[in-house]
Amino acid sequence: MEKFKKLTAQAAYIPIANIDTDMIIEKKHLKTIKRSGLGKWLFAELRYDVDGKPVADFILNQKPKAQILLTGENFGCGSSREHAPWSIMDFGIRVIIAPSFADIFYNNSYKNGLLLIKLDKENISKLAQSADEILIDLNAQTVSNSINSYSFEIESNIKDILLGGIDVIEAILQYSHDIKTYEAAHFKRQPWINGEINA
Amino acid sequence: MAQTLYDKIWDEHIVKSFDDGSSLVYIDRQMLHEVTSPQAFEGLELAHRKLWRRNSLLATVDHVVSTTDRSRPLEDSKAQEQFETLEKNVAKHNICYFSPQDKRQGIVHVIGPEQGFTLPGITLVCGDSHTATHGAFGALAFGIGTSEVEQVFATQTLILRKMKNMRIRVEGELKEGVGAKDLILSIISNIGIAGGTGHVIEFTGPVIERLSMEGRMTLSNMAIEAGARSGLIAPDETTFSFLKGKPYAPSGDGWDQAVAFWKTLKSDKNAVYDAEITINASVIEPQVTWGTNPEMCGGITDCIPDPAIISDEIRRSSIERALNYMGLKSGQKIEGLPVDQVFIGSCTNGRIEDLRQVAQIAKGRKKAANVKRVLIVPGSGLVNEMAEKEGLDKIFIEAGFEWRMAGCSMCLAMNDDKLQSGERCASTSNRNFEGRQGAGGRTHLVSPIMAVAAAIEGCFTDVRPYLKGEK
Repeated sequence: MEKFKKLTAQAAYIPIANIDTDMIIEKKHLKTIKRSGLGKWLFAELRYDVDGKPVADFILNQKPKAQILLTGENFGCGSSREHAPWSIMDFGIRVIIAPSFADIFYNNSYKNGLLLIKLDKENISKLAQSADEILIDLNAQTVSNSINSYSFEIESNIKDILLGGIDVIEAILQYSHDIKTYEAAHFKRQPWINGEINA
Repeated sequence: MAQTLYDKIWDEHIVKSFDDGSSLVYIDRQMLHEVTSPQAFEGLELAHRKLWRRNSLLATVDHVVSTTDRSRPLEDSKAQEQFETLEKNVAKHNICYFSPQDKRQGIVHVIGPEQGFTLPGITLVCGDSHTATHGAFGALAFGIGTSEVEQVFATQTLILRKMKNMRIRVEGELKEGVGAKDLILSIISNIGIAGGTGHVIEFTGPVIERLSMEGRMTLSNMAIEAGARSGLIAPDETTFSFLKGKPYAPSGDGWDQAVAFWKTLKSDKNAVYDAEITINASVIEPQVTWGTNPEMCGGITDCIPDPAIISDEIRRSSIERALNYMGLKSGQKIEGLPVDQVFIGSCTNGRIEDLRQVAQIAKGRKKAANVKRVLIVPGSGLVNEMAEKEGLDKIFIEAGFEWRMAGCSMCLAMNDDKLQSGERCASTSNRNFEGRQGAGGRTHLVSPIMAVAAAIEGCFTDVRPYLKGEK
C-alpha cells in the first residue's frame, strides 16, 4: 500500500449529505474480479448524462485533477462494497473531508491508503469557498489553505498504517502464536464453533 | 461489572489488546459470495498466504444469480466471470459451497441461519453490510470490506475498536397489520440513518421477546440502515427452538452444552448502555418510505413533509433532491400513489413467514391491471421448496404474480430483475437509494403485507382493512 504523508492539491466540493455507496459506484460496475479500473465509473450517475456524455457542471468534470473531496455528513453509508474506495482512489482522490463517515466505509478506506478527515461543516464550507489548493499534513494532523488552518483527530493505529503504508495482514501475522493459543482455549470453552462445515 | 450481550461476546473474542485501545478480535465464521470475495482470494494468492481455517467458511452465489434460469454460462459475461472465479476459489481451498443447483443455495443472510451456521455468541462476518441480520441470534455479526475478507482468510482475526452500546427497548405491542419491518422503519426514521453510527444496537423489551426469529432477523437486518454495523437480540427459547436440529448446529450432548452457554449471554440486569432509546410500538402504523434513504419514511396515512421547514441547508437540499428524484411533492398523500412494480423478497423479507403472510392476502385476489409486475423471490431454495409444499406458489401465480428462484434479485438489481427509469416500486427490501433497483427507479420500502396490498390495489394502501375482512 502506498504511504500517505503530505498532499497539496485541488479540492472538489460535493455539498450533499448521506452520499451512499450506490451513488459512489453503481452496482453494475461491481461485476469485476479486479480492484483496478473503477475510477471512470466513480459517481457515474452524477458525472454522465443518459447518453454517457460528461455533465458539464458536475464538479469532478470541472476539476478532473482534484485529489481532495469535500462533502456532506455520513459519507459512504450503505453497502460494504470496497469498490467504493477503490473507485475513489482510482479516480485520483487521496483524501475525503466530511463532517462524518459511515463506519464500514471508514474501515475500507484507510486499508487502501485513502485518508478520511472529519471536520465541522462550517470549516468544510470555508475551505470550499476558496479556490486555493489545500495542504494536508497527516503527521501534523492539519488541513490548511492560505487563509485557514484546522487540526483533525485520527486514531493512532490508523495514522501509523497510512504513514507507513503498512500491510495489515503482515502485521497481524506477527501474532500468529497468540491467535493459535487463543483459538485452542476458545474451542475448549465452545467446542461447537470448530464443527466441520462440509457441503 | 455488569455486562451487555455485546460486552460478553466482545470479551470472549479478544485475542490481544493493544495500547492504543484497539484489539485483535477472533472471527468464528465468515460467509462468502461472488461479488466481494474475488479480490480477497487474489490478494491471498499474490502474497502466497494460506487460509487460516476452512471450517469457518460457507460460500454461495446470490447477488448476480438469475431468478428464472439456472443454466450456464450466464448471458452476462461479467457475472459469469464472478461465478467461475468463486467456484474456482472454493474448489481450490476446499470451502463448503452451495451452487445454484443446490436447494440450500440462497441469500447468504437467509441460508446462514437456515443451516445453523449462524449461532448465538459467535463472531460472524461477510463482505456484505446486511450481515447485521445474524445479530438476531445474539451473534456479533457485521459487514466488512474485501480487504477485511482477506484478513479473516489469512489470520482469522480483525483489528477492531470496541463500539459503544446502544439499547433500543421496544414497549407496548405491535398492532394488527404492523410487523417487524414497520417497527425497524419507524426506528430508523426516529433515530436517523446515522443514529446508530459507532454503536452496536441491542434490541430489547417485550415486543422483541414476542417476535418470531423471522421478525427478529428483519429487525437486525436493517440495523445497518440506522448506521449501526450490528443489531443484537439476546438468544432465548425462540432462538434455540429455531436452531435445534439445523445441519451445522451442535447436536446431542454438544447441544445441551451450547444452550447452557448461550443462556449466559443475555445482558446483565444492571448493564450500562452508552445510549438508550425507548420506542412505543403501540403507536406505529404501517410504514412507507417516500425518499431516497430509509429515514425518509412515514406512516401510510401521513403526507410527505415540507423540506422548507428544515433549517440545515445540506439536509434541506438532500430532501428536495430526494423528492425530485422520487417525483413527489411536499404535502402529497402517500396513500393512493400508483405503483408500477412490486418486489417481495430479499434478506430483509424473503423468508417463509413473509411469504405466508403475503399468500394470506393474495389468496383469491388478483394483481391490479396497472401493476406491470409482481415479483415473489424466496430467500433460499429451501424457502422455495417449503412454499411450494404449502401451495403458496399456486396462490401467487393465480394472483398474477411471478414466482421465482432464490437470490438477491431486485433488492439491488445486479441480475436482470430491475426497474425501468421512472417506475415506482413497492419493495420489501432494505434500501431506497437512488438507482438501487435500476437506474432512475423509485423505491418505496414497505412490509410484505403492505407490498401485496399495493399489488392488489395498484397503489399504496393501508393493509389493515384487508386483515379485518373489510376488503
